[in-house]
Amino acid sequence: MTALAEDRPGQLEAHFEDTIARDRRIEPRDWVPDRYRATMIRQIAQHAHSEIIGMQPEGNWITRAPSLRRKAVLIAKVQDEAGHGMYLYSAAETLGADRADLTAKLVSGRQKYSSIFNYPTLTYADVGVIGWLVDGAAICNQVPLCRSSYGPYARAMVRICKEESFHQRQGYELLMTMMRGSAAQRAMVQDATNRFWWPSLMMFGPPDDQSPNTAQSMAWGVKRHTNDELRQRFVDMTVPQAGKLGVTLPDPDLSWSSERGHYDFGAVDWDEFTAVVKGHGPCNAQRVAHRKDAHDEGAWVREAAAAHAAKQAARDRDIGPGNTEHGDAG
Amino acid sequence: MDETPVRSEWPLYEVFLRGKRGLNHVHVGSLHAADPQMALHHARDLYTRRNEGVSIWVVAAAEITASSPDEKDPFFAPSGDKVYRHPTFYDIPDDVPHM
Repeated sequence: MTALAEDRPGQLEAHFEDTIARDRRIEPRDWVPDRYRATMIRQIAQHAHSEIIGMQPEGNWITRAPSLRRKAVLIAKVQDEAGHGMYLYSAAETLGADRADLTAKLVSGRQKYSSIFNYPTLTYADVGVIGWLVDGAAICNQVPLCRSSYGPYARAMVRICKEESFHQRQGYELLMTMMRGSAAQRAMVQDATNRFWWPSLMMFGPPDDQSPNTAQSMAWGVKRHTNDELRQRFVDMTVPQAGKLGVTLPDPDLSWSSERGHYDFGAVDWDEFTAVVKGHGPCNAQRVAHRKDAHDEGAWVREAAAAHAAKQAARDRDIGPGNTEHGDAG
Repeated sequence: MDETPVRSEWPLYEVFLRGKRGLNHVHVGSLHAADPQMALHHARDLYTRRNEGVSIWVVAAAEITASSPDEKDPFFAPSGDKVYRHPTFYDIPDDVPHM
């Protein structure tokens, strides 16, 4: 069927460009330029890896949650992160990526995940601050991606954004509860805020003048706003929330600019960001090692389930599916 | 360095959900599972954590036969030139009621 299009050189590319220009979605099996495919696979895989690694900082606290209610909420949240990773790996696979291959690239350090998950979670207030700031920043980043030009990614993002709203609200509610508690609890919230504020701002990526891929990504509709635009939006949203909570954001330069109509804020330490991305954050090695152990220790389960399925299929072939316990199609 | 990926022996299944009674099943994504029963359980855990479905279909991706995705494909040409199949093809005076 595609022989007709291939007869005319450049027609496939023209059709792709036209789809993008009309703000229509690219769908699986559409012809796309190799660079678009590589960019999308890298972007989606990196996002999927972030969700999967992102289970660890909070997962640390499940056994030490202060009440059954908080434990149930935290388990649900961490399960969501796993689910988000799965939606995204599923989207990456529609571009021809192989899930086992992506996991191998993550555990061997050939593909990255968000630098924020390389920071430790020292107290239970960190669970709340991650929900408020880290998930808040993620929402800022992700809402525009619901309009990504790549259809399966955009649809995964719609599901993810709906669920992230629960994540942010449970975090803020947790912090409000702690702020009504003892002086020591309020100090914990302030300390967690101090540690996570700057790394949260780094989640938007390097400044626009140091982000060489932004122009191409925006032209392809795989990025809808620049890093600095989204970072500013996040600061503007978060300052009043901090005020309401009663914590101070650790930036002496933070102030309202009436002429810009935005909050001014201080310089981000991009050397720290670069160091963490390159693997020198507090928890990089631990996060990847933990992921690799989980994968290795699960190998026998995957093999056993595959062996059982093969045996079951062989038995169905021999005596017919209607005669087995799996024949109850209802 | 782990150069050879551990191959997943689990095939890919496409997942379809009926959001509520009265609606069709709609494709929502895919997952890997060892067999169809496991695919159903994983689909429930992955795609219906918040009451998104009242019924789930899972279909082995390898079993799906699909048309070419290119919209300009001649495959769909037979429906392109039959405008008389649409109600707007017929001119009816505005004062004819209930039409």
